[in-house]
Amino acid sequence: MTNEKNKKVVIVDYAMGNIFSVKLACQKVGICAIVSNDKKEISNASALILPGVGAFADAMATLEKLDLVRTIKEFIASGRPFLGICLGMQLLMSESEEFGLHKGLDIIKGRVVKFPAVNDKVPQVGWNQITKPSYSNINWEETLLKGLSEKDFMYFVHSFYVLPNNNNIVVSETNYAGLNYCSSLREKNIYACQFHPEKSGESGLLIYRNFYNLINK
Amino acid sequence: MKNIRIIPRLDIKGPNLVKGIHLEGLRVLGSPEDFAEHYYNAGADELIYMDVVASLYGRNGLMDIIEKTAKKIFIPLTVGGGLRTLEDIKNVLRAGADKVSLNTIAIKNPNIILEASRRFGSSTIVVSIEAIKQNDGKYMAFIENARESTGVEVFSWAKKVEELGAGEILLTSVNNEGTGSGYDIELTRKVSELVSIPVIANGGAGELEDVVNVIKQGKADAVSLASMVHYDYVKKSMVNGSLLKNQAEGNIDFLKFGKISEKIETSGIEEIKFYLKDKGINCRK
Repeated sequence: MTNEKNKKVVIVDYAMGNIFSVKLACQKVGICAIVSNDKKEISNASALILPGVGAFADAMATLEKLDLVRTIKEFIASGRPFLGICLGMQLLMSESEEFGLHKGLDIIKGRVVKFPAVNDKVPQVGWNQITKPSYSNINWEETLLKGLSEKDFMYFVHSFYVLPNNNNIVVSETNYAGLNYCSSLREKNIYACQFHPEKSGESGLLIYRNFYNLINK
Repeated sequence: MKNIRIIPRLDIKGPNLVKGIHLEGLRVLGSPEDFAEHYYNAGADELIYMDVVASLYGRNGLMDIIEKTAKKIFIPLTVGGGLRTLEDIKNVLRAGADKVSLNTIAIKNPNIILEASRRFGSSTIVVSIEAIKQNDGKYMAFIENARESTGVEVFSWAKKVEELGAGEILLTSVNNEGTGSGYDIELTRKVSELVSIPVIANGGAGELEDVVNVIKQGKADAVSLASMVHYDYVKKSMVNGSLLKNQAEGNIDFLKFGKISEKIETSGIEEIKFYLKDKGINCRK
């Protein structure tokens, strides 16, 4: 039986980027996390984290090669908490324009598009602020951003951003390259952020703490 | 909106944080983990660990330092110095680093930039360029802590590392490094305008205005600092003598007598950011 106090989270290991940082952040806040690409482990997890740094097409190809696409989709359909980070957020979308058009997991309707090459350098590398979208009256206290304030800083590394069809799922926006883009979203049990909470200091760790509380509530 | 990053650079020799001038003449300042934790709490945006004598010493000590640090600090950590193979890079990332900095191997085998950025992601690969201005005004890239010349010209090399997939450039002016005479504005500006990836300016900060200048005139996307912040922390820690407690080897005379280069006005991370904001430069509070 699963220990109610210490539910197991699986960090999907598909050889894309900063898995160890994600694990260390989990450990820091008391989340019992294992790194795995085993279908059984993923299916039985209490919650799933899909991290990722790198190229969209390579990441999709690796998920397909590991035969994890259906496993991840089934996990999300089960209603258990899911957190996508950076590329792990972008992969949720229908398609990406990164180096040609590529199909994504198509769990969230929308596209992944590139920053325009004006004003600021692309990629964005560094800290930037998260704000509530002007067009919605979302309450962060009901999301993983609970306890954070408008204009708190998070750490970003990316050239592409997500453009969901449904504006209502946008939790925060960030301003870069002359536009406001979706920097975190929530749809039912799916949480996703473009920034790296595991690299965003104490503000980022708060998101992991909120994830812990969500899993253990 | 773009925010400038302030990145302390910690040169590591064996178990110690060290600091030299022109990348030579190393002094022991303390334990890297102590400094790293201090900078994390003070609001540093990232950290760089540079293993300055990597080719001469065993690696296990460095891995241990990375592991200990990564458990305590939750900002990006770049590790460089003596990384030669994809396996070396993998091991450093597995120990808890977020990015690696490559210099010598990148010059000797530029293809490793391509291979490493494909395998680990461009954002993980920082190429370090150690530039020395020649008498004819040309900037040439050096390796092995600027001890060995390469015949490679800095600006064409910067362009090439971007094409090969590097995610960032750590640009050191060896002429200015450790001197407190200011960053090399001309060098930084030219490289920053040439590439679209971020350029981290390194080497020469002696006072706060130097930092402002390399951002405003030099177009640096991030600023790396060593002496200015290290000596600030040393001064503040001198009071209780805590820095001396774990020192067993190396040149620690400096710690005993507390003499700091007169050219360097020391500042903490908070003071630097306050100053930048006051000058209209965006950075994380």
